[in-house]
Amino acid sequence: MNGPRSRRAAPSPLAALPVLRRIDGLRTSYADELALIRGAGGWAALAALAALYVATPLVIDDFWLSVLNFTAIAAIAAIGLNLLTGFTGQVSLGHAFFIGLGAYTAGYLGGDLRLPVIVWLPAAGIFGAAVGLLVGPFALRLRGLYLAIVTLGLVFLGEHVFLNLRQITGGPQGRAVPAPMIGEINLADLGTSLGLPLTREQSFFLFVVPLVALAAIAAKNIVRSRPGRAFQAIRDREIAAAIIGVDRARYKVGAFAVSSFYAAAAGALYGSYLRYITPGQFDLLPSIQYVAMIIVGGIGTVYGSIAGAFFLVLIPRVVEALSPAIPFVSRSATSSGLTLFVLNQLIFGALIVFFLVFEPSGLAGIWSRLRTYVKTWPFSY
Amino acid sequence: MIDFLQLAVQGIALGGIYALIALGFVIVYKATQVINFAQGELVLLGAYLVYAFNQTALPFVASVALAAVVMAGIGWAIERTILRRMVGRPVFAVVMITIGLAIVVRQLVAAVWGFEDRLLGEPWAASRIQLGDLGVNVTSVVTIATTGVLLLLFFVFFRFTRAGIGMRATAIDQEAALAVGIPVRGVFAQAWMIAGAIATIAGVLLVAFPATLHPAVGFTALRAFPAAIVGGLDSPGGAVIGGVLVGLVEVLVQGYQPQVAPWLGNNFHVAAAYLLMIVVLVVRPYGLFGTRVVERV
Repeated sequence: MNGPRSRRAAPSPLAALPVLRRIDGLRTSYADELALIRGAGGWAALAALAALYVATPLVIDDFWLSVLNFTAIAAIAAIGLNLLTGFTGQVSLGHAFFIGLGAYTAGYLGGDLRLPVIVWLPAAGIFGAAVGLLVGPFALRLRGLYLAIVTLGLVFLGEHVFLNLRQITGGPQGRAVPAPMIGEINLADLGTSLGLPLTREQSFFLFVVPLVALAAIAAKNIVRSRPGRAFQAIRDREIAAAIIGVDRARYKVGAFAVSSFYAAAAGALYGSYLRYITPGQFDLLPSIQYVAMIIVGGIGTVYGSIAGAFFLVLIPRVVEALSPAIPFVSRSATSSGLTLFVLNQLIFGALIVFFLVFEPSGLAGIWSRLRTYVKTWPFSY
Repeated sequence: MIDFLQLAVQGIALGGIYALIALGFVIVYKATQVINFAQGELVLLGAYLVYAFNQTALPFVASVALAAVVMAGIGWAIERTILRRMVGRPVFAVVMITIGLAIVVRQLVAAVWGFEDRLLGEPWAASRIQLGDLGVNVTSVVTIATTGVLLLLFFVFFRFTRAGIGMRATAIDQEAALAVGIPVRGVFAQAWMIAGAIATIAGVLLVAFPATLHPAVGFTALRAFPAAIVGGLDSPGGAVIGGVLVGLVEVLVQGYQPQVAPWLGNNFHVAAAYLLMIVVLVVRPYGLFGTRVVERV
C-alpha cells in the first residue's frame, strides 16, 4: 500500500475483462482485495441482509427468535475469540471468564448504579479489555499450551471471585442484571415501554442484531488494517514477524484486550437478556463452547464466527425437538442413562472431533468450496 | 503440630494422586508434544472399569490389572484412529480434539453408569493405620507407595530400556529419531497405552475411600493440570514434585486459610492450586523442571 501511486494505479490486464473478473472473483487491485463490499453482488447481499433484519422478527415465532438472540450474543463473543485465537494464534480457554466479567459489570453499573445501557455496555467492554491487558503479558512470556493452561486457570480464579465477591456478584445465588434501558425506554421490551406491537424477543432482536453488525464490521476493519496484518504475522511465524518489525508485545497484548472487550460486551448483553446470572454460567464448559464455535464456524474468519455461533446454539434446540423420535432418550432430568443433557454433550464433543479431523476450516471452508464450485461450474479445479 | 502432620500426610497422599494423573499428561506430552485434556476422563473410565470388573466376582487386583490392560487398549485405539490423523496439524487443533474426546468419554460413562455415587470395593476399605496420635487412611499409604514405585519404574524405563530411550529421542527430535530407526509411530502408541494404564491406577486411588465413584471425579483431574505445569510438562520427576506441592498447598490452605485469612472467601483451596501455577509460570515459563524450548530461525 505504501508504494508510489503510479504503481498502485497500474491495472492488471485482467481488469479489462469485467465478465471474467466477476465470474472468477479475481482481485485485481489492493483496493479490490480490501473491499468490504465487492461489486453489485455485494450490495445485493447487503440489501438482502437489511431486508432480513426487518422481516425476520415479523415472520418467525418467539421460540426461534430466542435462538437467534442467543446466537447474536454468542456471535459477538465468538468474533472476539476468533480475533485472538483465529487471527493472532493465542489459544484461550478462558473466554467465559471475560464474558462473566462483562455480565457482572453490567449488573453492577446498570442495577446498583442505575446507569443507562449506552453507558454500561461500553463500560463493561472497557473493563473487560482492561483485565485483558493484565492477562496479556502472560502471552509474552508463555508459549502455546502453557498459555492455554494459564487461561484455564483464569476460569477457576474467576469462578472463585464470582462466588465470593458477594457485594457485587451475589455469591453462589447469583444476581439480577437490568434490561437495556435508556431513560424510561426498555430496548428489550419496546412493547410495554413504547406501546409498539412487539414482544420481548422481537424487541431484543431489533436491539442486538445491529450490535452484531457493528462488532463484525469493526472486526473486519481490524483484520484488514495494520493491526490485523500484525496479528496474522504473529500467528503464522512469530519470529519472522518480529524480524520484519512487528511489535510482538504490543500486538499480542492488544489482541487480548480487543478480544476481552468483545467477550465482556457480549457478557453484558447476555446478562441483560437473561436478566439473572450465576457463577456456573461462566465456568469451563462455556469457554470450550466458544472455542468450539470458532472451530465449527471457521478459524480466522469473521463470518465463520457467526455461523459457528448459530450452529452451536441451534443444535441443543434441534436435539430437544427431535428427542421424542430418538430411542433410548429419557426426558427427565434426574434419571440416569441417556438423558437429553448427556446426548447434547455427546453430540457437542463429537462435533469438535469431527470438524477438526475432517473439516478443519469449518463451515467457512465448506461455504468457500461451494462458492468456488458454483462459480467455476462446469469446470473444476 | 499433630494437626500439621495430619494435614501434611493428607496433602502428600492427595499430591500422590495428582502426580499419577500428571504422569499421564507428561508421558503423552513427552512423546507427542500434545497435552491430553482427556486424561481426567481416562482416569474416570479406568475407575469405572475396575468397578465393573470387580462386580463380576473377579478379585480386586485382577480387576485392576484387567482394567489397566483394557485402558491401554483404549489409549492405543484413540491414538491410532484419531490422533494419528492429526500429525503435522497445529497443536491447538490436536488439543481441542482431546477436549472433544474428554466430553464424549465423560458422557458415555454417565450414560452407562448414571450419576449415583458408588463404592469402588477396594479390599482395604475404610481401615486406618494409627501411628501414635497420627491416624492415616490405608488409601493414603497405598497411594504414596504406588506413586513411589511407579516413579522408580518410569526412571528405569526412560534410562535403561530401548523403548524408553526411543521415547526420549522422539521427544527431542522426531526426524532425527526416525533417521536412526526409532519407530516413532510405535512410540506414540506406547505413550498412549502407558497413559491409559496409569490412568486406571490413578483412578482406583482417586475414588477409593474416603472418596466415592461418580462421573464428576473426572473434573478432579483438572486440578492435576497445575501439578503437571508446576513441575514442567516434560519431566516425570517434575510431575511428582509438582503433584505433591499442589496437594500440600491445597490441603494446607484448606486447613488453615479459614482461620488465618477468611477474607479470601470459601473454598479458596480450589483456586490456590491455580494461583500457585500462575506464580510459578511467571517466574519459570517452563515449570520447575521443564526443558526450556530453544527457538531457532
